[in-house]
Amino acid sequence: MSLLPKGAIDCDIHPSVPSVQALMPYLEDHWREQVIIRGIDELNSISYPLGSPLTCRADWRPASGRAASSVEMVRAQALDPFGTSVAIANCLYGVQLLFSEDMAAAFARAVNDWLVKEWLDKEPRLRGSIVVPTQNVEMAVDEINRCAADKRFVQILLLVMGDTPLGRRHHWPIYAAAEKHGLAVGIHAGSAYHNPPTPVGWPSYYTEDYVGQAQAFQTQLTSMICEGVFTKFPDLKVVLLESGFTWLPAHLWRLTKYWRGLRMEIPWVDRAPADIVRSNVRLSLQPADAPDAATLMKIIDHLQSDELLLFSTDYPHAQFDGTAAIPAGLPDSLVRKIAIDNPRATYARLMEKVA
Amino acid sequence: MNEIRSQASPDVAASSKVGVGDGDIHPARKGPKDFHPWLARRWQDHIEQYGSPGRQGWQAGPAYPKSQPNASRRDAYPPEGGRPGSSLEFMQAQHLDTNNIELGVLNPLGSGQGVMNAELSAALCHATNEWQLAEWTSKDNRLRASVVVPYEDPVASAAEIRRYADNPAFVQVLLLSRTAEPLGSRKYWPIYEAAAEVGMPVGVHAFGYGGNPVTPAGWPSYYIEEMTGHSQCQQAGLTSLVVEGVFERWPSLKMVMIEAGFAWAPSLAWRLDKHWKTLRSETPHLKRLPSEYLRQQVWWTTQPMEEPDNRDNLLDTIEWMGWDRFIFATDYPHWDFDDPAHALPVKASEAQRRAFFIGNARRVYRGCGG
Repeated sequence: MSLLPKGAIDCDIHPSVPSVQALMPYLEDHWREQVIIRGIDELNSISYPLGSPLTCRADWRPASGRAASSVEMVRAQALDPFGTSVAIANCLYGVQLLFSEDMAAAFARAVNDWLVKEWLDKEPRLRGSIVVPTQNVEMAVDEINRCAADKRFVQILLLVMGDTPLGRRHHWPIYAAAEKHGLAVGIHAGSAYHNPPTPVGWPSYYTEDYVGQAQAFQTQLTSMICEGVFTKFPDLKVVLLESGFTWLPAHLWRLTKYWRGLRMEIPWVDRAPADIVRSNVRLSLQPADAPDAATLMKIIDHLQSDELLLFSTDYPHAQFDGTAAIPAGLPDSLVRKIAIDNPRATYARLMEKVA
Repeated sequence: MNEIRSQASPDVAASSKVGVGDGDIHPARKGPKDFHPWLARRWQDHIEQYGSPGRQGWQAGPAYPKSQPNASRRDAYPPEGGRPGSSLEFMQAQHLDTNNIELGVLNPLGSGQGVMNAELSAALCHATNEWQLAEWTSKDNRLRASVVVPYEDPVASAAEIRRYADNPAFVQVLLLSRTAEPLGSRKYWPIYEAAAEVGMPVGVHAFGYGGNPVTPAGWPSYYIEEMTGHSQCQQAGLTSLVVEGVFERWPSLKMVMIEAGFAWAPSLAWRLDKHWKTLRSETPHLKRLPSEYLRQQVWWTTQPMEEPDNRDNLLDTIEWMGWDRFIFATDYPHWDFDDPAHALPVKASEAQRRAFFIGNARRVYRGCGG
């Protein structure tokens, strides 16, 4: 086990909404009434079945109630044991799955306000990602602009599987807003389930859904690079969250080979995809998907950069035992970069003073 | 990548040291009536009136315009006219002889697979199979055929496989990767049962007409995204085959993943293993680590071979997978052809090169001397 340096920055933890009742104080009257009269239940996505052994590590599962649903639990399980100085809260609540744009926008506002009051105000080590209604880009930008004044929000949170690929031009106002406010764009595992979660239809098993997240990240990286997002927004930082990372070198070799053959189709892509990734894309550490230390070091070598990985525990998801969040075999200098230097270089707002 | 040459490769001497197996050659029809000798009049008329659409919007042609006509090398047009891949004589001169191909596996495309009308799909696939015998394998003993099956109708597919059970010209069953449901779905099990029974590997070639977007987040804009996306489609198909227990149920079944590269396979195997260990209560029918099924029952054709800046990275990848997992392929006559004289730019022993270029193919395809 490699030791974490003091003051690590955990770029992916998941405080959870305990129930829709917890959001009621943060919903506007109309939507509160809608929840009651229509019997709207919890927005729990099948991306993380509540009882699955991956959704919450056994020793982190509370006797009752939801995992990671109180500040006390997160302090005791996710912050203190790792000596974490800052942790970025990525709230996975099924806002993106809703079909009504208005309802999605209302729930996004509620989740963000709830995060501020119930978490960020109570625990100074926490930072937040802005949940946005990706169903409607104008509404998403409104929500970004509304939340961005609070410097504790450091990122915009998107799911890796929505209605259309994230490079598509209609998403670009989100990236413009990110650049304007100095926010990173975090793309997290999960789907709106408006498309089948694999490119060959609906699977039978949750295992397929979860393993398949990596393929979704591959296609989104392809989309964002090929559409020219990073040509248009050269300062944009995109962080792939809970994506795994061992797939990245092979994907870039393939994409770069096709770019050499087909760049006449996308002439605005003026750099090799691997160069674009090294300047603009980062990935969270967990799930660390190399089988052993030697293989992991080969993968780091294939990545051709020690600046791409950002420390994460993916708390409370089950990705490692005990406090072994850093895989064995990494040299101390690299661990230091992953745990502290790389997150600082990625999230501009982490370096700013918050009120 | 494709280098345009009108005649023999300057490196022919190097490549001819070792005989080459080619796991992905695309024979094309000279014209729309080539299949008529094996197609009932009813279907000839039907195609004339209604076409033979798959699950995409165009009456003819690909969903995304290719980078060049017929996605083909510009030097692959036969001198007598017709589409690239439609002339055996020119294929022999330009490819089989020049590149020292000792074993070439035919993977016909545009053969009725994925046609929405299930009966028409079956009729076209059968015609394609007879056409391969009459026009190709009977005329050149280096060539072998694939049993093209209407895979969205697995019962008809199984019947087509058994029809050629004893015909040594057929060495594999051919599916396309973009199926309507994930490949491991129970719907497709009659295909695997029949393939295991007759001892043919099941090849899964890139492309297809399942109707799903090529990404799990909707339709992308560009051909380059579709092309790159074939690897994700094949990863999803393999994941499904493993997790549904197809390999566990048919331990003699072999799968060949065709034209989607291979360097993605180690990461997929690691990821499957890692998360299966956490989630194994969901799949008690799996008796071994997912990676073990891949390591023993799956092969990958090599084209389009990934090209890292540092070629040793490719060697790492090959060694993670094992030298016995590869079947060399050129994709002749398509534009992204991999040339056997240049396609393996890494240090390898003579035994490894031989396995890579032909030995593995001889063992995987039935009756090919392995």
